[in-house]
Amino acid sequence: MNETVISVRNLTKCFGSFRAVDGITFDVGRGEIFGFLGANGAGKTTAMRMLCGLSCPTSGSGTVAGFDVLREGERIKRHIGYMSQRFSLYDDLTVLENIRLYAGIYGLSHRQTLRRTAELFARLDFRKERNQLVGALPLGYKQKLAFSVATLHSPEIVFLDEPTGGVDPLTRRQFWELIYETAAAGTTVFVTTHYMDEAEYCSRVSVMVDGQIRALDTPAALKCRFRAESMDEVFRLLAREAKRGD
Amino acid sequence: MGNFGSFIKKETLHILRDRRTMLVVLLIPVVLMTLFGFAISTEINNIDVAVVAPHRTESVRQAVERMASNPYCTFKGYIPSDEIDRVLRRGEASAVAVFAADYDRIAAMPAPAEPAVQLIFDASNTNTAMSGAAYLQSILTGASAQASPVEMRLLYNPQMRSAYNFVPGIMGMIFILICALMTSVSIVREKENGTMEVLLVSPVRPMRIVLAKLVPYFMLSCINLATILLLAAYALDVPLSGSAGAIIAVSLLYLVLALALGLLISTLAEKQIVALIISAMLLMMPIVMLSGMLFPVENMPAVLQAISYIVPARWYIEAIRKLMIEGLPFAAVWREVLILLAMTVVFIVVSVKKFNDKLE
Amino acid sequence: MRTLSVLLQKEFRQLSRNKFVPKVIVLFPIMVMLVIPWVTTMDVRNVGVTVVDDNRSTLSRRLVDNIDASEYLSVIAVCDDYAAALALLEAGETDAILEIPDDCESSLLEGRLKKMNISANGVNAMKGSLGSRYLMGAIAQTLAEVQAEKGLPASVEPTVVRNFYNPTLEYRNYMVPALMIMLLVMICGFLPALNLVGEKETGTIEQINVTPVGRFTFTLAKLIPFWLVGLVVLSIAMLLARGVYALSPAGSVAGIYAAALLFVLTMSGLGVAIANKSDTMQQAMFVMFFIVIIFILMSGLLTPIDSMPAWAQKITLFLPPRYFIEIMRSIYLKGATFGDLWHDFAALGVFAVVFDLIAVAAYKKRS
Repeated sequence: MNETVISVRNLTKCFGSFRAVDGITFDVGRGEIFGFLGANGAGKTTAMRMLCGLSCPTSGSGTVAGFDVLREGERIKRHIGYMSQRFSLYDDLTVLENIRLYAGIYGLSHRQTLRRTAELFARLDFRKERNQLVGALPLGYKQKLAFSVATLHSPEIVFLDEPTGGVDPLTRRQFWELIYETAAAGTTVFVTTHYMDEAEYCSRVSVMVDGQIRALDTPAALKCRFRAESMDEVFRLLAREAKRGD
Repeated sequence: MGNFGSFIKKETLHILRDRRTMLVVLLIPVVLMTLFGFAISTEINNIDVAVVAPHRTESVRQAVERMASNPYCTFKGYIPSDEIDRVLRRGEASAVAVFAADYDRIAAMPAPAEPAVQLIFDASNTNTAMSGAAYLQSILTGASAQASPVEMRLLYNPQMRSAYNFVPGIMGMIFILICALMTSVSIVREKENGTMEVLLVSPVRPMRIVLAKLVPYFMLSCINLATILLLAAYALDVPLSGSAGAIIAVSLLYLVLALALGLLISTLAEKQIVALIISAMLLMMPIVMLSGMLFPVENMPAVLQAISYIVPARWYIEAIRKLMIEGLPFAAVWREVLILLAMTVVFIVVSVKKFNDKLE
Repeated sequence: MRTLSVLLQKEFRQLSRNKFVPKVIVLFPIMVMLVIPWVTTMDVRNVGVTVVDDNRSTLSRRLVDNIDASEYLSVIAVCDDYAAALALLEAGETDAILEIPDDCESSLLEGRLKKMNISANGVNAMKGSLGSRYLMGAIAQTLAEVQAEKGLPASVEPTVVRNFYNPTLEYRNYMVPALMIMLLVMICGFLPALNLVGEKETGTIEQINVTPVGRFTFTLAKLIPFWLVGLVVLSIAMLLARGVYALSPAGSVAGIYAAALLFVLTMSGLGVAIANKSDTMQQAMFVMFFIVIIFILMSGLLTPIDSMPAWAQKITLFLPPRYFIEIMRSIYLKGATFGDLWHDFAALGVFAVVFDLIAVAAYKKRS
């Protein structure tokens, strides 16, 4: 593995007596597409929120982009992008206004903003929609826009929380092309998903069960280890042990 | 009926879990009753008075002494006559008593031809100026002045405490707040989050789902009703003179009305903020202002009196006032009850119709 | 600074696109300023009087006529016995009962007037006491007339009253500045709170929280728009006060705006702080409502602080509207200057700083 950008040791998050994330340990290298799998309630989103500085770990340690997860949350935020499970751009602003807002927040210069916006519209083929209110866009467009905003400032790592939930297969395909392009440009992609075919596209995959990481390897190695045909089977074998329901 | 029960349980848990809102809802009546009952009063019981006296003769000093020793007055000291405006403007005193230069001579006359004292009030506080004039005049003229030709007493409330007056008003306000505002917001919230759709596709009849949302708020309001009546009876000594049953009956009718109103608002508003503003600004304001809670309806211009007829709280407050304070029997409020009943029916019919229209 | 400016652009765009809020900002002050002053008139009119006339003399008839002719009073009925009058009072037909004793006229002529009785409905204490005072005034005037005609000795009131700053004792002049404050409390307290909780409920704040935007900058971007909204609301209210009620500030307008700026910052800071600690609009609304009701009832807006018991007066020291109402009434009616009011301004300034710092501190980007 080349240079490490995320390194986590025994990271734990408790809500009362409930251990949502229970001592997870892993490393992610630069330029990887790191798949983060798990059933609903396994603790994926909680773990991701800790890495993004949205949630404070109860114990354990970790660094993201070279900064400490416990103490340097705000500095991490300069170097990461995040796309939440729930669409969270402003519905009552236009596409362009949303982009300019986040460009401004991340401190992109005027020239950088123009260049990035032009690139983005060309890549998404979004020219017509630029002055439409975001709330009026179809879901697939919204997801692509959210991804583009999350990578607007060319972050070192982008965190995607179930980015393709609820969109059609064609859009999912296009979305993964965006992810590949981004990874090829050197951005690390940390992605949670429910779709096992998507897991196959990842360079490495971890499977969380009941707040713990049960398996972590390349998809090929995992299939080999569990003597499974597909990632789907691997996942079902592991998820069967889960004690937590939804 | 089984799943109706489980819906009610879900809604109740929902509310119980939000401790802070619960606490506020249960505390509001207590705080309001305490504030109105013990903290605030429209009566003036203190006037800060400064004195201008060109000659501080013995009789002037006696008059000032009478004022200073009166529990309603605070003597703020002697000031020169060119300081009057400054003292009043800075709020250091709310009245200045200016004694005439020849006070002794005038005061000694059996039927004085000119005033001996001029009272100057800071009338920017109209209340103080109005009531203060009467207080100060009676103090300064003292017991020696001729007795008044009239004796006055107030019925039902001889201590003149306004303590009784506000209780019906508080009831009118709190129930609208909890039933109309809380229910409308909680229903619209489910609409906004999309959880309403999930519930509506379930096999339960849609109206039942909405009814289940209303039940916990109804129960909360009943707790508040009990709190208010107990506080009124035991803390404020409002004589509930045998009318408790009628008060509770009318209040329950009003609760249903308020819930129907909340339901109506929730069918009209798509966003929580709209429901909140409709309930808070377009419902609460008229209730506080037009229902006769703080300001008597009969003093208002005819147009506003006409508007007040459509404010449900007005009729409720009037009914409760008759029952609770005047101790009249239930028969005395049949008109108010009929009007409330009619309003309730209208609100229910309109909101059910609107609700069903939305579903189709 | 750049971050603040893009955030402010966003807030203003959202505000201008909202279908509802701008209407509230304009229409609510208009509605309140046009309606409420008429409601809050304290000069009690239409006091209904029922006379129990046991005397049936020239004097008693003259009393009845004079009472009925009075601007505020009207005679509902003349009864023979008290029970009938009381029934009218209980039915709400009349507000006060005047009993004229059977030897009223003769006792007046003999110079030892027998007392008359007024019994007023005390349910509405204000109407009861003011109404009886009017009634007493009408009686005293009639008696004085009769005394003068009969050549009986009469006397001048030993004191005269002058009212500064509001010579006609117009209650409206007292209420209008208070209404402006209520408007600012409601609009600049509730709207920022609802706005921020709204961002929480839709989840948009989460996208902001993963950016490096500063807590202070973000809070400021939430406060500043309502600063302007507050000034708009105040300006509408002041124009209406001038146009409709002919009430203009006796003192400096700049002083009013300066105080309003501090006050709005305090209120919106409070709103933002509460929103930061709330998860739902309902929750924020109720906590806000709780605080606002204490502010409005206890800070001397509607009832004098001097009339409160000592413990309640101490509480008022911690209520920001108390200082603002002092400033507003003093400048509006008394023409007070900054020099007269500097301690109230200082108190408001302290509140603004403290509440806004609490708002910043309550904003947690990380849970």
